[in-house]
Amino acid sequence: MEPMGKVLAIYPEKCTGCRLCEQVCSVFHDGISNPARSRIKIMKWESEGLYIPMSCQQCQDAPCMIICPVKAITRDETLSRVMVNHTICIGCRSCVAVCPFGAMNFNVIDRKNFKCDLCDGDPQCVRFCEVKAVDYVDADRVSIAKKKAAAEKITAAQRQAIALESESH
Amino acid sequence: MALNRKIAYIDLSTGKIEIKPIPINVRKKFLGGRGLDAYLLYNHTKKGCDPLGPENTIMVSGGVLTATLASATARTHVMAKSPLGGLLGSANMGGFFAPELAWAGFHHLVIKGKAEKPVYLWIHNGKIEIRDARHLWGKTTTETQWAIREELGDEDIKSLVIGPAGENLVRFANVMTGIKNSGGRTGMGAVMGSKNLKAIAARGTMDIKIAHPKEALEYNKHFIEQITSAKVNQTQGTLGTPFIWGATNSWGGVRCRNFQYNQELYCDDIEPEAIDEVCAETMGPYHMAGCFGCQVHCRAKYKIPTGPYAGAYDEGPEYTSQGAFCGEPDCRSIETLLTGNHLVDQWGMDNLETGSIISWAMELYELGILTDKETDGLELRFSNDEALLEMVKRICFREGWLGNVLAEGGVIASEKIGKNSFDYLIQVKGVSNLHSDERATPALALNVATASRGSDHLRSRPAIDLYHLPEGVLRKIYSNPVPYEGLLSSEHTEYVGKPWQVFWQENCYMAVDCLGICKYHTVFLGATLPNFEDWPKVLYYNTGLEFTPRELWDVAERCNMIERLFNLREGLKREDLKKGDMLNHRYFDEPTRRGAPDVVGRVIDREKFKKMIDEFYEYKGLDKDGIPKPETLKRLGLESEPSHLV
Repeated sequence: MEPMGKVLAIYPEKCTGCRLCEQVCSVFHDGISNPARSRIKIMKWESEGLYIPMSCQQCQDAPCMIICPVKAITRDETLSRVMVNHTICIGCRSCVAVCPFGAMNFNVIDRKNFKCDLCDGDPQCVRFCEVKAVDYVDADRVSIAKKKAAAEKITAAQRQAIALESESH
Repeated sequence: MALNRKIAYIDLSTGKIEIKPIPINVRKKFLGGRGLDAYLLYNHTKKGCDPLGPENTIMVSGGVLTATLASATARTHVMAKSPLGGLLGSANMGGFFAPELAWAGFHHLVIKGKAEKPVYLWIHNGKIEIRDARHLWGKTTTETQWAIREELGDEDIKSLVIGPAGENLVRFANVMTGIKNSGGRTGMGAVMGSKNLKAIAARGTMDIKIAHPKEALEYNKHFIEQITSAKVNQTQGTLGTPFIWGATNSWGGVRCRNFQYNQELYCDDIEPEAIDEVCAETMGPYHMAGCFGCQVHCRAKYKIPTGPYAGAYDEGPEYTSQGAFCGEPDCRSIETLLTGNHLVDQWGMDNLETGSIISWAMELYELGILTDKETDGLELRFSNDEALLEMVKRICFREGWLGNVLAEGGVIASEKIGKNSFDYLIQVKGVSNLHSDERATPALALNVATASRGSDHLRSRPAIDLYHLPEGVLRKIYSNPVPYEGLLSSEHTEYVGKPWQVFWQENCYMAVDCLGICKYHTVFLGATLPNFEDWPKVLYYNTGLEFTPRELWDVAERCNMIERLFNLREGLKREDLKKGDMLNHRYFDEPTRRGAPDVVGRVIDREKFKKMIDEFYEYKGLDKDGIPKPETLKRLGLESEPSHLV
């Protein structure tokens, strides 16, 4: 099988906490500015200056999919995402309860659950985040930034070792 | 819809709350935010009212675009009669409060009266409740915010609060939200304190329908590109506003030792790069934060690295803190800067006014006008970091003779100190100047002298005047949306053309304040940033309101005129040193002693300054005394004020 699908990669350390992602998410999907309608949410520890974007991980073995009593939740492999079919959904909120990330939301106005659908392949949170605290990357590249950062520490140590070596000679 | 956000009238004396819509004709005349606040202030306060009495009215608002998809609509505006100067009081802050207020259903709050005991307002999805705040009294600004969240069980609550300074009626106490976002100027915190109003808490999940969502999204994207491509905003996004202090200091445009010098020397430790280093060391490589929806992210995060407050988290420091705790008192320690910034944030007092007034007292002490008797033995000399921070505390808690006197603000303090102390007080309309020294920059001097809320840079400063832009570029900016055929000069030491620039900026800044947008998103520090051409589109896509650039300009001019009318009613006189469009004599008499070759040795020319004011008045449609001509009021539709449209 061909490898396919991009994933939403979140780099919390880069988040400036501005919450534009919440805004564009709700406007894109509902034409309404209201963070309560956003699929992505910035969790904040304001007194420490920490901001963490939280959104659906589009799990492979998604607990929401497993728990759904009417099988309204399925995987869409073309975009590697988990989707809710609202014509089947009975609004029981089991998926909300079971999601380990709190990424399944419930809209109190429309009385429906809702979650990230990756904007059909052009996630608006990514498009608008200038600092790239959220990014949309090929699945095989998801850990590459961390690898590089960790490797850089090793190179620094190596460079220092070489420098010391040459000094001592 | 943004346009169906309400206005709430809250009487703290009686507990009566009235909620009304904002009629569309009022939107067309005043839009919202600061402009509509000015109208409300003029019409809901009586002439000569005591700023700290129950009859003063305090307005809290967001702009007409707040919480829509216009870029960076984070600004909260607060307005009342100022206890500092006795004229217009007005303060504007970033953060997240106004959007939350809008999602809770409101754009404007009009608060009058005085609660019997400390209270706070709880605003939640269209409802307003007055709640007991006795247990919050005495708490710092952040303690108060966290306590409210805990009490109401919702971490997403955003609050506008006062700290101990506001409770103690320090006349330059501010209102705050978040860690450091401050409505700093003109003592709005003291007005809240005088009403026993400790905080306003908001939380909302009410929809704001966007009129044309697709277009609004695309235009926001376009806006962000325009905004983040400006070099000045990229620098803001890495170094924050300290970069401005650093740049201005390099040529001799910042005050040092109150007003004795116009440049701080040997200040490597407090340069923007040094501050950035501390931020990086204590918070990591990504240490910039943004206000609501803003991609400039100019707010730095730091922990104080050393000293008695080591490890404390705060944000900033902004350039005004560099002025307050470095240049003006001539202190050059980063620990002092970061600590001072932290204290004023926690206690809720205006950093700018605090530093300015202490530096004035330091000069008085060195001159012998203040002695150890008044300072209770404190050696209040320049460059005495300990004395500076001690004085911040004494002012906030009104400790000692001098602390208590300085808490009254410069003008009242000068009357109590006596002798010729007033001559050394660098203020306009009772409000101290920020850290900038305008003796070499007539345009900036005119701005400071005529700003409606007293000495201030955010009302009409043509900051791009410092960039020596070609005349053609200046003309392109300053001839829109109203044609200007007169002279313009690229030279920042010149006098010609400056009155028009100040007039244009005054309207530009009023427009963004009515819309609820941050000034870093307009022609303030960057010449290429959005202005009158762009806003009608944003306004239309987000709210459906149709305006031409010229109509927006007219709104701005009208709102500026309302502020003028208020000031005139409360006693503004053109050349009055305490209540006028007038600068301290030192601007005219003491030449600058430091700075670049074209800056050193400069004073403001008294005659040319008068002419600038004359010309500025002409553009505004005022007579030689600064009073609006009848035809001006008619043109702006203000001939029948006071009126009560809302």
